[in-house]
Amino acid sequence: MQELIKFLPLFPLIGFVLIGIFGKKIKNEKLIGAFASLMVGIPFILSIMLFYHLLSTGSQTPEIVHVFTWIATGALNISVSYQVDQLSVTFALIITGIGFLIHVYSIGYMHGDRSFYRFFSYLNLFIFMMLNLVLASNYLLTFLGWEGVGLASYLLIGFWYDKKFEGVRITWNGDAGMKAFVVNRIGDFGFLIAMFLIFVTFNSLDYVSVSETAAANYDFYMNSAIITIITLMLFLGCTGKSAQLPLSVWLPDAMAGPTPVSALIHAATMVTAGIFLVARNSVLFSLSESTMMVVAVVGAITALTAASIGLVQNDIKKVLAYSTVSQLGFMFVALGVGAFYIGIFHVMTHAFFKGLLFLAAGSVIHGMHHNQNIKQMGGLKKYMPITSKTFFIGTLAIAGIPLFSGFMSKDEILWYAWSSHLGGWWLWAILAIAALFTAFYMFRLYYLTFTGDERFDHKHVHPHESPKTMTFALVVSAILSAFGGFLNLPPALVPWSHADPLLKSWLKPIFADANMIMGKHAHGVEPMMYVLMAVATSIGLFMWYVARKWYSDPQWSAPRGIATSMKGIHRLLFNKYKLDEFYFATLIDPIYAMSKNFMWRFTDIKIIDGIINGSAKFVEQLGERVRLMQSGIAQNYAIIMMVGIISIISWLMFN
Amino acid sequence: MATLLLTLFIPLAGSLLLLFFKKDNTQAIKYTALGISLFTFLISLFLFFSFDSANPGFQFVVEMVWIQAFDAGFRVGVDGMSMLLVMLTTFITPIAILSSFGSIEKRNKEYYVMILLLQFAMTGVFVALDLFLFYIFWEIILIPMYFIIGIWGGKDKLYAAIKFFLFTVVGSLFMLVAVVYLGYYVGSELLKMESGFTSNFLIIRDLGSAIPYDIQKWLFWGFALSFLIKVPLFPLHTWLPDAHTEAPTPGSVILAGVLLKMGTYGLIRFNLEMFPQASMNFASIISTFAVIGIIYGALVAMVQTDVKRLVAYSSVSHLGFVVLGIFSMTVEGIQGAVIQMVNHGLSTGMLFLCVGVLYERRHTREISEYGGIARVMPNFTIFFAIAMLASVGLPGLNGFVGEYLTLIGAFKSPILNSYWFTIIGTTGVIFAAVYLLWMFQRVMFGTNDNPKNFNLPDMNKREWTMMVPIVVFIVWIGVYPSTFLKISENSTRFLVNKIELLKFGKSTYELPGYENPAEKQELE
Repeated sequence: MQELIKFLPLFPLIGFVLIGIFGKKIKNEKLIGAFASLMVGIPFILSIMLFYHLLSTGSQTPEIVHVFTWIATGALNISVSYQVDQLSVTFALIITGIGFLIHVYSIGYMHGDRSFYRFFSYLNLFIFMMLNLVLASNYLLTFLGWEGVGLASYLLIGFWYDKKFEGVRITWNGDAGMKAFVVNRIGDFGFLIAMFLIFVTFNSLDYVSVSETAAANYDFYMNSAIITIITLMLFLGCTGKSAQLPLSVWLPDAMAGPTPVSALIHAATMVTAGIFLVARNSVLFSLSESTMMVVAVVGAITALTAASIGLVQNDIKKVLAYSTVSQLGFMFVALGVGAFYIGIFHVMTHAFFKGLLFLAAGSVIHGMHHNQNIKQMGGLKKYMPITSKTFFIGTLAIAGIPLFSGFMSKDEILWYAWSSHLGGWWLWAILAIAALFTAFYMFRLYYLTFTGDERFDHKHVHPHESPKTMTFALVVSAILSAFGGFLNLPPALVPWSHADPLLKSWLKPIFADANMIMGKHAHGVEPMMYVLMAVATSIGLFMWYVARKWYSDPQWSAPRGIATSMKGIHRLLFNKYKLDEFYFATLIDPIYAMSKNFMWRFTDIKIIDGIINGSAKFVEQLGERVRLMQSGIAQNYAIIMMVGIISIISWLMFN
Repeated sequence: MATLLLTLFIPLAGSLLLLFFKKDNTQAIKYTALGISLFTFLISLFLFFSFDSANPGFQFVVEMVWIQAFDAGFRVGVDGMSMLLVMLTTFITPIAILSSFGSIEKRNKEYYVMILLLQFAMTGVFVALDLFLFYIFWEIILIPMYFIIGIWGGKDKLYAAIKFFLFTVVGSLFMLVAVVYLGYYVGSELLKMESGFTSNFLIIRDLGSAIPYDIQKWLFWGFALSFLIKVPLFPLHTWLPDAHTEAPTPGSVILAGVLLKMGTYGLIRFNLEMFPQASMNFASIISTFAVIGIIYGALVAMVQTDVKRLVAYSSVSHLGFVVLGIFSMTVEGIQGAVIQMVNHGLSTGMLFLCVGVLYERRHTREISEYGGIARVMPNFTIFFAIAMLASVGLPGLNGFVGEYLTLIGAFKSPILNSYWFTIIGTTGVIFAAVYLLWMFQRVMFGTNDNPKNFNLPDMNKREWTMMVPIVVFIVWIGVYPSTFLKISENSTRFLVNKIELLKFGKSTYELPGYENPAEKQELE
């Protein structure tokens, strides 16, 4: 049964190759779209079968399926092999499930595009790489997927390569794609170094054997420098892929890509690869408290700053992008305080509601003829009933309105941030403020887009509901966003039950070692849980009220008043804390100038070539001089000869 | 045996044959040259398939004494490492010839004579098992390459050709002195041979570690200098951007594809094998320059405005990885270096082909002259992108395998004994993405708003024919490198065993069925 896992990546690979090669000839959009969706749909069915397989066997140890030997030389023996366990299957379900929905959605969204086939070919490539990332049984194969999804992301961000895009030193869509790839490579540097260290420390690059060795000798490795460095380097990789500070700058610009791409890659799946990597290495991370602290703090600061930027952005996709960065920060906090399964839970609910929000935003953009500025929307509710309703459900979910999926996972994160020995009230407070911002900017987004005056130009823009392929995906993900949280009911809501929540017990084997190392004891239900839950709930509801009140006023006088009274802060947030400008001024421009002026023009041309050409000149000029002696006048030769003879004789005499 | 000789001599015979052609019969000359190189490739395939990868030693060995007075002989043979490089040579040459069809417009006869002569000498360098013979092949190369740059090159071709010639000749002179002294020392002092001199590589290699260190270190540098100029290692690299940029497309392809590898090959074959102690002692110094070269080459590539010069500087960076891998003196590192030599030949060769495709259409190499080419040349975009990504070192394509192995080799190397070489070298992967993607962005993406670029034709059949085979190997090596890694595995282990025995008194790898001469020596 577990052998099925081999075929999961195979189908999207076939899709990528076939559509890539023959897509241009086949003009039929429906055929291409259906085929590409099928190549993701089949793996989804296979994932479900694997899921049942794991459920029925109740397997506690990962099953490894070897496919072929990839790189073997010297002591290195790395194979393409996949790992069937609860973590990989969970991610496979999310990726192929949401992936399938978004493939279907894209058939409508990309209709009429000149390069329709190229889009689907890239999407299949993405799914293939993403599956390799999460299913791999060793670091290097994960790295292949890791870089591969980066490639797919690069290709898809720059998909409309001849369109302009606004950003700091960005002119074209392709520039944004390049930025994403390069910033990610900085993270990949960390991943590579971590792999080198793991290889020399554990003599293996297989997840199972590394984790087993580390867990078996946890006394020895506990808080050791080598583990801390390894995990910090891995985390550097995560900050790249999952857009955390200081490498978060690429994700907002990645919105240059078509909206389905933003939904699939830059919200639901690829950006959660960092969370996957930490979860996959939960044993190593739990061995280093310093790293865990770094993960939690970086996550919290990212969550807060990104959410604060989201407050003032006017591009519908930009708001969602900063929201994604912020939500990823929440996930890292969960991991950092040792609540690994809650991190995964939030990955899942976030995939549902953020996927939904992006798809709905795409539907809006589609209907608005590619205008993304919410200040030029308003009142779209009556033109796009399905879109607006589903968007609203997504908003409720992300804002943490009780019983929606986002509430369940976010509430748990807040609780662990408060109660874990790695966290504290301060960590909770940072997240609570971030949650407050989140609720506000999301309701602001909803009210500005769908209610109030119609601020668009009626002559040119005729908003309309999107085709069925798109609304189908919206409805399905809206259902998931609404009810997905019940997969893991927080104990506080079911105090009479002593059983673990579903997801927690499902993922138990994965985090058993890490929990053993951290000495985690099961929490009972504590009164404090209800207090915090009440605070969080009232934050969400209150912000809903505020946003609704502020933006039902056509003049927006309240928010405008605040923006003018706090001009400095508003500008700072509007300009995203000028992080991009800071990087250009301190790193990129100096390196460029140094390379050009010092290395190339000075060292290469002046010094090295100078020496070479100089010595050539020297020989030439010397020759010029010496040549003069060959005057052809016999008397001169005779004189020189005489001088020579006399010198030699006198030297002989006086010595 | 015969196949090796055929692989070596068919190009020479072909070159001589072309001399009898009529000057203006260019079609016949072109296709004959192509046919000869293809035939050579076929023959070399026989060589490849009959090669026994379990045997770490030299195979298909031919020995003929040539100049008895100083025991110089015609001695040739291949082991795992040279086998791969011979294959690279026979594979790249027909592709280079095919690309010449579009880029060479004058003096066709002389040109194709030169190319085939070049192939003969390149193969010779990789198969020679005699120092004297090696030196001759090494020097022969200069002649055709000098003319190819100097006659068929670009605007500053003479400057570039002379610079190339001078740099290489300076290196060769050091090597010549080292060859002469080494031959004398082994022949007279160690073996007390009648001739008092030998240039038999196999003998010298086995006695190399017996040469006193004070002598060994001078000999080491004599060879190393020559090889490091050829590689080229920072700061001996400035001939390369000029030569690559000014050479005609096929010239650049061969320069990048094969010629640079003669330097790195020489470092393994002669420096590591003959002077292991000196190699160990100087490993850190040379690796330091290799790492500087990785970063330096990448940064200077980044600021170029000439697309061909950019690719040329990228070679400095890529070859830095190779040198780092070699002087890690681990199996992983050297294997990575060997596969990276092949990889660089393929991916950088292909990048030059791509630049050539653009150049033939627009006759400019300025990046700013292009933009939005993807719109008019969609098929070309795919090939250019693959070459670019292979060069960036994307996993799944060939470049990654080599870079990864050299870096991990250097990381675990007991001889370099420091993580810093790898840590700094790894930053090169970031810069590689910067300069290549940025170039690609400016040339291929954006809008096509230069009227001269409006009607560029997409790739023609000939261009397809030269690109597709390279892509096959770029993917093959990326996905299933075992086919090639296993060819050189045992030869590499053999070499590393020898070094480890010298340094630590024991070796990591067992080579079943083959006696390690060094071990035998120990027992005696």
